[in-house]
Amino acid sequence: MADPPQRRIPSPQWLLVLPALALLAVILLVPLGRSLTYSVDAPAWTLDHYTALFTDGVTLTVLARTALTATIVTIVAVLLGYPYAYLMTRVGPRLRGLLMVIVLVPFWTSVMARNFAWIIILQRGGPVNSFFKLFGWDLVLYESVAGVTIAMSQVLLPFMVLPLFSALSGIDRRLLLAARGLGSHPITAFWKIYWPLSRGGVVAGLILVFTLSLGFYVTPALVGSPQQSLVAQLLGQRTTQLLDFPGASALGILVLVVSLALVSWANRFGGTISAIGVAASTPTNAPTKDRP
Amino acid sequence: MTATQIATPRAQRRVRGVDPVPWWLKLIGGVVGLYFVLPTLFVIPMSFSTATTFQFPPQGFSLKLYENFFTNPVWLDALRNSVVVATLASLLATVVGTAAAVGLHNLRGRLARFARTVLMISMVTPAIVIAVAVYISFLQWQLVGTLAGYVLAHAAIGVPFVLVSVTSALGGFDARLLRAASSLGATPLRGFVTVTMPLISRGVITGAVFAFVTSFDEVVIALFLRSPALQTLPVQMYNSVTVEIDPTIAASSSVVVTAVTLICLVLQFVGGRRKSS
Repeated sequence: MADPPQRRIPSPQWLLVLPALALLAVILLVPLGRSLTYSVDAPAWTLDHYTALFTDGVTLTVLARTALTATIVTIVAVLLGYPYAYLMTRVGPRLRGLLMVIVLVPFWTSVMARNFAWIIILQRGGPVNSFFKLFGWDLVLYESVAGVTIAMSQVLLPFMVLPLFSALSGIDRRLLLAARGLGSHPITAFWKIYWPLSRGGVVAGLILVFTLSLGFYVTPALVGSPQQSLVAQLLGQRTTQLLDFPGASALGILVLVVSLALVSWANRFGGTISAIGVAASTPTNAPTKDRP
Repeated sequence: MTATQIATPRAQRRVRGVDPVPWWLKLIGGVVGLYFVLPTLFVIPMSFSTATTFQFPPQGFSLKLYENFFTNPVWLDALRNSVVVATLASLLATVVGTAAAVGLHNLRGRLARFARTVLMISMVTPAIVIAVAVYISFLQWQLVGTLAGYVLAHAAIGVPFVLVSVTSALGGFDARLLRAASSLGATPLRGFVTVTMPLISRGVITGAVFAFVTSFDEVVIALFLRSPALQTLPVQMYNSVTVEIDPTIAASSSVVVTAVTLICLVLQFVGGRRKSS
């Protein structure tokens, strides 16, 4: 009513958006765009740097190891995250608030403090090693893929729990009671009714955790073994040590494209990214839908 | 209306009786909850150790590591650099991010959606990809190892936090208030300062704090931008694990974890009070 719809001049509101756009364009988009040109230009237009990624044995091994680690982390996250998110929908508001704060603890815990703690916990002579020694098993998880998996799952679990909680709290539990009342076994009732309704949240969480695990740098570098590096370490090494900018750029673009494709796929199952942004910025005000 | 209000608690009680939370679910919840807080539980006792290695359990009890953290110039410089970088990055991200959120609030269409995506891009881009791309470009622009380099890179990754929290604060904002202000003779700027700003201040503060914490804790980009003359606290902590084996990291970790937790609690408290009043 106030504005004529056929206005051609850009709205003055754009002046407010411009500084932020300029900052992001210069600091992120230009460097990412230059990565793209580096990766296909040496000196003539070529895809060699990309084909090299898939023919070089070292890169292939690292890519496979990264995908495997990400898969295991994702499975651990859903196995632990599903019951936790389900429990959150079943308890009273106060306990739910507490459980929500606990989920967000990994977000607050400083990256370096957390990784330092995992070194302490997993190192030789640390609590995990001492515990298994009681049973005569000298297990050291420090500098192992298993150790990296444990440390990564802990910090990625919130990304599973938050979308799952928002999916699960939208399910009317009386459906389950109705199924039970009609003579269904609890497991059948869960599998036929609850699980299909929760699947959107599960898929969103799975994709999100998998995607985020692909880019982990500090945890595999500190908790893992240098002989078993993941793709982020390879990327760092190619950039700062080998100064192979075209090769590193191609690898970086590959990781970026895979990540963005997966995240936009996850977004189809609900506004995951924005939901997590909101939940993270207002710890206990996150969606808490009560049953009617 | 009254009937349902009376019936609801009774119905819930009945549901709980038929459908209790099984004990094994509580057990799993407890174990997973412990897993979330486990690292924090180990860091704090380590910080009072007298040992010169990372051995666990910590030996003795002293404040030696804290003393070293707050007196050793290497740690103190790193802490100061981090505070300076995070303050400037948060300030820059908050100013441009708030302006963008206010601007985008009234903009519709594909271009506006695209602009929002561009501003949020760092949230979905792996930090290592940003770090490598930024490092290669900053080498040419001679920003590696400079204060400006750290501040610009950290401000860019801080913008999404400001954008999200200010946008959600604007969600409940009634645009008619601004029209009322301008009909009473307020300039757009005055309208913004006296009407919009007080109503979205909580979102702005939340965004600023998150941008600060994100920069203060950021390690991947900082590792690539570091120089011997200028490095941030997380980079010094990284060095203390990889190069120096310096247990002062335990004290540093405890200080950072405590500070960030306090900031979050204060934010929560302020937010909660505003909301209830």
